[in-house]
Amino acid sequence: MSHADSSALAHQFDSLAQQKESATLGMWLFLCQEILFFGGLFVTYLLYRWRDPTAFAAGSHELDIVLGGFNTVVLIASSLTMAMAVHSAQTDKRRQLVGYLVATGALGIVFLVVKYFEYSAKWHHHLIPGAGFRFEGAVGGRAELFFSLYFAMTGMHALHMVVGVAVLAWILKRARAGEFGSHYYNPVECFGLYWHFVDIVWIFLFPLLYLIGRHYHGGA
Amino acid sequence: MIAHEMPKSHYLNAEHGLKSWLLTLDHKRIGLLYLLGVSFFFLLGSAFAMLVRLELLTPEGDLMSADAYNHVFTMHGVFMVFFFLIPAIPGVLGNFALPIMIGAKDVAFPKLNLLSWYVFMTGGMFTMYGLLSGGVDTGWTFYPPYSSLYSTSAVLPVGLGVFINGFASILTGVNFMVTVHRMRAPGMTWFRLPLFVWGQYATSLVMVLGTPVIAITLVLLVLERLFHFGIFDAAKGGDPVLFQHLFWFYSHPAVYIMILPAMAVISEVIAAFARKRIFGYHAVAFSSIGIAVLGFFVWGHHMYVSSQSVYAGVVFSLLTMLVAIPSAIKVFNWTFTLYKGAVALEMPMLYAMGFLGLFTIGGLTGVFLATLGFDVHVHDTYFVVAHFHYVMVGGTIMGYLGGLHFWWPKMTGRLYSTFWGKTSGWLVFVGFNLTFFPQFLLGMQGMPRRYHAYPEEWQVLNVLSSAGASVLGVGLILPVIYFLWSLRAGRVAGPNPWGARGLEWETSSPPPTLNFDEPPVVDHEAYDYGPPTDEPAAGAAPAGAR
Amino acid sequence: MPSKLPFFPEQASSFAGDVDALTLWLIGMSAFFTLLIAGLVVIFALRFRRRSPDQVGTKFDESPLLEITWTVIPLLIVLFTFAWGAKVYFRLYRAPAGAAEFHVTGKQWMWKTQHPTGQREINELHLPVGEPAKLLLTSEDVIHSFFIPAFRVKTDVVPGRFTTMWFTPTRTGRYHLFCTEYCGTEHSRMIGWVTVQEPEAYQDWLASVPVPATLRERGEQVFARLGCAECHGGTGGRGPALEGIAGREVELAAGGRVRADENYLRESIVDPGAKVVAGFLPLMPSFRGQVDEEEIGALISYLKSLPEPTTAAAAAASESVIR
Repeated sequence: MSHADSSALAHQFDSLAQQKESATLGMWLFLCQEILFFGGLFVTYLLYRWRDPTAFAAGSHELDIVLGGFNTVVLIASSLTMAMAVHSAQTDKRRQLVGYLVATGALGIVFLVVKYFEYSAKWHHHLIPGAGFRFEGAVGGRAELFFSLYFAMTGMHALHMVVGVAVLAWILKRARAGEFGSHYYNPVECFGLYWHFVDIVWIFLFPLLYLIGRHYHGGA
Repeated sequence: MIAHEMPKSHYLNAEHGLKSWLLTLDHKRIGLLYLLGVSFFFLLGSAFAMLVRLELLTPEGDLMSADAYNHVFTMHGVFMVFFFLIPAIPGVLGNFALPIMIGAKDVAFPKLNLLSWYVFMTGGMFTMYGLLSGGVDTGWTFYPPYSSLYSTSAVLPVGLGVFINGFASILTGVNFMVTVHRMRAPGMTWFRLPLFVWGQYATSLVMVLGTPVIAITLVLLVLERLFHFGIFDAAKGGDPVLFQHLFWFYSHPAVYIMILPAMAVISEVIAAFARKRIFGYHAVAFSSIGIAVLGFFVWGHHMYVSSQSVYAGVVFSLLTMLVAIPSAIKVFNWTFTLYKGAVALEMPMLYAMGFLGLFTIGGLTGVFLATLGFDVHVHDTYFVVAHFHYVMVGGTIMGYLGGLHFWWPKMTGRLYSTFWGKTSGWLVFVGFNLTFFPQFLLGMQGMPRRYHAYPEEWQVLNVLSSAGASVLGVGLILPVIYFLWSLRAGRVAGPNPWGARGLEWETSSPPPTLNFDEPPVVDHEAYDYGPPTDEPAAGAAPAGAR
Repeated sequence: MPSKLPFFPEQASSFAGDVDALTLWLIGMSAFFTLLIAGLVVIFALRFRRRSPDQVGTKFDESPLLEITWTVIPLLIVLFTFAWGAKVYFRLYRAPAGAAEFHVTGKQWMWKTQHPTGQREINELHLPVGEPAKLLLTSEDVIHSFFIPAFRVKTDVVPGRFTTMWFTPTRTGRYHLFCTEYCGTEHSRMIGWVTVQEPEAYQDWLASVPVPATLRERGEQVFARLGCAECHGGTGGRGPALEGIAGREVELAAGGRVRADENYLRESIVDPGAKVVAGFLPLMPSFRGQVDEEEIGALISYLKSLPEPTTAAAAAASESVIR
């Protein structure tokens, strides 16, 4: 066993296998509670959309499908690069691992930059809920609730992305130092689980927020 | 009587200095850090309780302004629910005892464990900041539109404090679940686990799955208050009752976070002081899981008169009746365990007996409240206040105190004064009943909750209640004194002062940092006290029995 | 009559007896089990005291039969309790047709009540004994709760919607009225009195209070002031005709049907685009801000008073017509 192996075993565990299984189980449990967290938002969304579908369609129509679609592709690609990163760690390919991690982080940052542009466009069009909200069209003020949920849901998601990118930077640092290999790759794997989860949340957000307004044509 | 000596080196003297405590990874030290934290917040919550009871001595609101009173009862609720009742038993007793009871060196994630304490304290500090900037006056339930659009109080820092504190719950829950799954000693199968572990596991299920919902609810409330998003504002198409659904979706399971650990302690204490295996071990274990799961489906019983559909009320009432059953099963099994036991009326056992009586009353009054036709009359009255204090004080606090008295010798190596222990126990029991039983009567007569002033005819019952609160207060202060005293002058306990079975009693008091000198191997079921006999059988009497 | 239960308020409504009987059952059942458990715990703890320091207890094998027994018996008891409670609950929430309808508005920190004949009160409600009364309640600000202990009735009062309750007072007297959902500073002073009188005394009282208009009349005035008939009057209007609208099933433009109850009618006034009737365009402007809660209540009383359309043409006018 190399130097990296013995130092990787934490004191409370008896074996690397026990440590790996524990960390993985811990990450899955954490993701379960994340489902409940976003679940509250989704339930709120479902209730209000059921109550006023026209207002939701009108609000959704204002979102930029191109940017949203682009972001969806970006995130799915980042999940691919993340999965490749995990595979690289498992097969002792350090340089590939670093490359894929960098790609994943870069794609994550692209996502966030696009989000920034989307949000500032909303600002310019007076679509931020609150005192300055103005919605032209038959639906009028009823659209504000849609945008409240839009910002709450994509904002929470973006926050999770930011945390993800920060943790990714830390994993990257360790990867560059040669910590990971076929003997020890669990941190990369667990982080991959988190990254895939955040991706899946977006896969739900995109159609629910962006796609329901496709056939909306200006009625109330 | 064997005289014991403190072990030469143990987790308390292994390292010295503030850093060794603030940066500890030892679950036992973290348990003590939690003890300090929850004790502080309990003191704060109790001070507010005394102010409430003082005000209610007279029908007029003459001690403080209505506004001040509203802040006082709210802060009492916030500190007690979020910073004492939820973290206390898991954080103090679960942290200390659970890894030892399963034969592990520590929890699965010691760093996350320490982090959870810091998160808990940070949440507490945010809330303290909120308190110092005037406090909150919305009730601990934060209902909008009052909390979102009308209250001018410190909803933001307190809401954030509670939100942050939730992460401590989640971290503890994840930690305990993984620990139980992956860190059991060889031979410690699931059905050889002490019931305390089953109870903490069930609690952890609720902590992990329930807490995120209060998190998102508070986020929405904070957004609403900061930006007036409209999510709970009827004028913008929002629904204030949605908040209640989201809030109670967590806050009902939260009460099971409060009671399951107490029940877990009771199982240990009754087994130890009746010196026999808990009757119906499997039933008790499965009931814990059953309560945790069913507890997620009953939240609407807080909302029968909220404008929720009557059909929803019917569904929630039925499910609530069902969740009462596993609790009843446990009470019957615990009671029957005493039959032909070898019962010693030591402090922890007295608390367990108190629990059995008071939790029964508290739980049965829960059935009252689950009953639709009755609840309409007493919802939002003092009947509800009495019910939840019976289960949370008569239940959770009795369990907590029982557990502290049970494991104190293990945690510190010292025994406390039995005389003062029993004195405080009786004061707590009598004081508690005097405080809260009259409140059932007040509620049935129609006295609403959160009232600063009330009709004259209710003064007698209120005075009785306040008198009881003083007695209860004295009873609760005494342990602080005699526990602290025991650290300097208490008799040395030895590894097993109670003659109990369990891995924690097979190591020294206090234990070494890694819990055991030799990692244990388990080859027997929990609570195997052996066949009953009046003389010690070979190998049956545990080492250190008096 | 005074309740059979000590510590319960007097029984002053047709419900009180039912609720008290249910309560008696709950108390009896709970007292039985509490005494049973407490008794057994004390008896066992004393009878089976440890006699020597090393004594251990007698282990019993688990008994599925015992577990099933003390699962099934409590289950039957709680299911019975549930059923009885649900029965009482349904009666509490199903107002009989033809009950006199009172409007109640809660606001920080007072109750404003209106009689169907137009009399208004603050923190008081006079009622005739023996007559069923239905209340339509809403809030102008935060959530309150309207509670009359002697009647055993309560409902939350929520901004943005109507809630309802009903009762038949059975005894003359003065009874406490409380707000029982915490609502801010003066929550404990948002209280009042319900006065139940003999019919003649009630009529005298009604006559003594000046009445600008009955609820129905007031609603008619608001209807005229806002010009509702421009779109909703007669055949071929831009909006559906409103004769007999209250309580009718309505088809929606977005699909689905809804019953035009108080909350739908209210929504159609403040948020008309939300549920447009099938066959009509979303042309109606919102009247939020132009009517307060009491006026909305009055409009609904007026709409409820409109008779069903008598001619085929009038009936057709309330059906879909695309303009």
